[in-house]
Amino acid sequence: MKLARPLQFTAALSVAALSVTGCTTNEPAASGNGTISVTSTSDACTLSTATAPGGTVKFEVKNEGTQVTEFYLLAEDGLRIVGEVENIGPGLSRDLVVMAPEGKYITACKPGMVGDGIRADFALSAAPAGQSVSADRAELQKQAVTLYSAYVKDQTEQLLAGTKEFAQAFTDGDDAKARELYPAVRMHWERIEPVAESFGDLDPILDAREADLEPGQKWTGWHRAEKDLWPPATGYTAMTPAERKVLAEKMVADTVELQARVLELSFTPDKLANGAKELLDEVATGKVTGEEEIWSHTDLWDFQANVDGARIAYEDLKPLLGDSDAELDASLDAKFAALQKLLDTHKKGDGFTYYNELSEAQIKELSTAVDALAEPLSKLTAAVVK
Amino acid sequence: MKRSKAPAESPGSLPKAGVSRRAMLTALGAGGLGVAAGALGQSAVSGAEAKPAPVNDVVEFYGEHQAGIATPAQDRMHMAAFDLTTQDRAEVIALLQDWTAAIEHMVRGADVGEFGATGGSYDAPPEDTGEALDLSASHLTVTIGFGRSFFATQHGPRFGLAGRMPESLIELPHFPGDALEESHSGGDLVVQACADDPQVAVHAVRNLARIGFGKARVRWSQIGFGRTSSTSTAQITPRNLFGFKDGTANLKAEEQAALEKHVWVSGLDGGQAWMNGGSYLVARRIRMHIETWDRSPLGDQENIFGRTKREGAPLSGGTEFTEPDFAMAGRSGPMMPVDSHVALAHPSANNGVQMLRRGFNYTDGSDGLGRLDAGLFFIAFVVDPRTHYVPMQNAMAKNDALSEYLKHTGSGLFAVPPGIKLGEYLGQGLFA
Repeated sequence: MKLARPLQFTAALSVAALSVTGCTTNEPAASGNGTISVTSTSDACTLSTATAPGGTVKFEVKNEGTQVTEFYLLAEDGLRIVGEVENIGPGLSRDLVVMAPEGKYITACKPGMVGDGIRADFALSAAPAGQSVSADRAELQKQAVTLYSAYVKDQTEQLLAGTKEFAQAFTDGDDAKARELYPAVRMHWERIEPVAESFGDLDPILDAREADLEPGQKWTGWHRAEKDLWPPATGYTAMTPAERKVLAEKMVADTVELQARVLELSFTPDKLANGAKELLDEVATGKVTGEEEIWSHTDLWDFQANVDGARIAYEDLKPLLGDSDAELDASLDAKFAALQKLLDTHKKGDGFTYYNELSEAQIKELSTAVDALAEPLSKLTAAVVK
Repeated sequence: MKRSKAPAESPGSLPKAGVSRRAMLTALGAGGLGVAAGALGQSAVSGAEAKPAPVNDVVEFYGEHQAGIATPAQDRMHMAAFDLTTQDRAEVIALLQDWTAAIEHMVRGADVGEFGATGGSYDAPPEDTGEALDLSASHLTVTIGFGRSFFATQHGPRFGLAGRMPESLIELPHFPGDALEESHSGGDLVVQACADDPQVAVHAVRNLARIGFGKARVRWSQIGFGRTSSTSTAQITPRNLFGFKDGTANLKAEEQAALEKHVWVSGLDGGQAWMNGGSYLVARRIRMHIETWDRSPLGDQENIFGRTKREGAPLSGGTEFTEPDFAMAGRSGPMMPVDSHVALAHPSANNGVQMLRRGFNYTDGSDGLGRLDAGLFFIAFVVDPRTHYVPMQNAMAKNDALSEYLKHTGSGLFAVPPGIKLGEYLGQGLFA
């Protein structure tokens, strides 16, 4: 659980048919470093050039109007969005970096965020050597998103099935079975943690730790059950069978709700990549420090699941890492493998060593491997959204 | 302030004639008798110094309020909390008197004690520890406050102070996500020493700790290396360790009416009247997860703060000091995200309350995992923590997007008594 920070897995922007209106003054050249400057006002959208080399293209959009503005690079049909930058406040500047092949395009500023925007024709020439761009990049992005959506759906289904089984054992007072199921079922949650956390209301209900609570807040969810299954030696009153039943039923009901909401989600490549990074952040701040599972000490199960989720997102996005990002791709491959190899050394039967059985040196080693992966992983988003 | 070659005898001179570091230099330079220039806000600097020390770097000690609150925030801080080891009221009063005398010396650049660092017996340890010799006053301010445990233990009132503990000096509640460590929390007394020069600030705490031996021992201490707030419109807004300007909307010394309303205690009578002219100091040691922060995209970082990173302008547009427009709509929600730090900390989201923030960046080495133990040592002065801190911290701990990158590891709340006049000691009103 992390403190409420709703990630917005919003639906991809749907753009209505737009017709060409307005026009721009086109000055002859791009600026020295290849950046194309765009000035948006209430009635003009001025680009420093109407043509540029393809490949990685950077627009620097300055809002000199008085309303919020947006900038779009659209395909020749004026419908398909190649790249966009939203929410540019008056007086502020924003960059848009896209990877686009040679071809004809349309640019649009949209002061006030309404209407078709102020449009102009734009053209990209052949990309410089080493910057080849797949023409079907949009298709690759769509594939990545489709694959990942299926993964999230599958994990949610398994989470629900597992939660029901756990709830039964917990209600029946079959502690041995509940303790066995606890870390295994939670892995389905941990694999898709940023998605689950995107529901700011469900996350604390299902995954709050005791320290996350404020006075008077009712404690429910996995960690409440954890404390009852691995109770502290002193000063703890065990839950009654009736209390257990209420808790277990609520966990199932909340997970049913989670599953229903997950089905409504749509993803974008940047959310996948950011989600992968956030999974590693979760490992770095919660699991490798043993703070997530303070009673059961099953942190390494969560650790493995977070890494699984990040790796799946990366693998789904991998086709988008073209020639220009080959180095990043190779680095991610190597670091994921190294971290997994290290985690494998802590495997025990179907599970892992308990966190409190790890030596300080082993924890440090794990932490170092996490940091080594998290650094290149943080560069994934910028690489895939181009 | 003018440079003065022949410092005048001043009415502010101490009962104990402290040896001013600058006065010593003056004496050497002018070949005459150096007299400490204890006049308020005055410092004497010799024209004969090899390296001219900054002039006018003495902050007024006496006054209605203690210095170090609404006076311009210095760049360095050393704060220490003390636990009293004595149970004797007279000893506590003596400690406060000794501290007051020492502080009065140090803030004008003088040595502690009658004979200072080098003027005493060759066979006795020097009265002043000496590491601030040759350094100027450096705008040193030393501010003291009392914690709840100063007034009472679970066994009842201490030092005959029944009925004297202010109602506002509450036990802070557990805030969501708190991970407080005993070794960084609480304390009977607090000393906040701030200066332009870190060695001057450390010197102050060290000497007060030395004076306290046998009566008070250090419970925790914290160094801050860079201010994170401006308390005057003449100061530019500094940056926190996330790289953002923070505290743009902080209360400033020039805003007298707002200070009266949000910082200075007034109107109390009876057993609590001693707090009039004082304030409450909230200290929170906030560890930042800077490693994960550094991996987050610029766009996320700006949305979390609600400001642009370079200029510090609100995302609703304009420049740093443009008021944020929380109603301005963006593509998917307000331009100022509702969970952004600015949206949650803004007075408009907090019943109009404001704090005077005076925090410092800190690093304390690294943790066992090879990460910097770094963050913000948050300090705020408020008129009443029940209305001016607790509600805001609850809201922020729950909803602030920034909370994900923060961990509160230390906490303290202290009643800061008002300033004093010549001849009084800090906290005197409490023992009257």
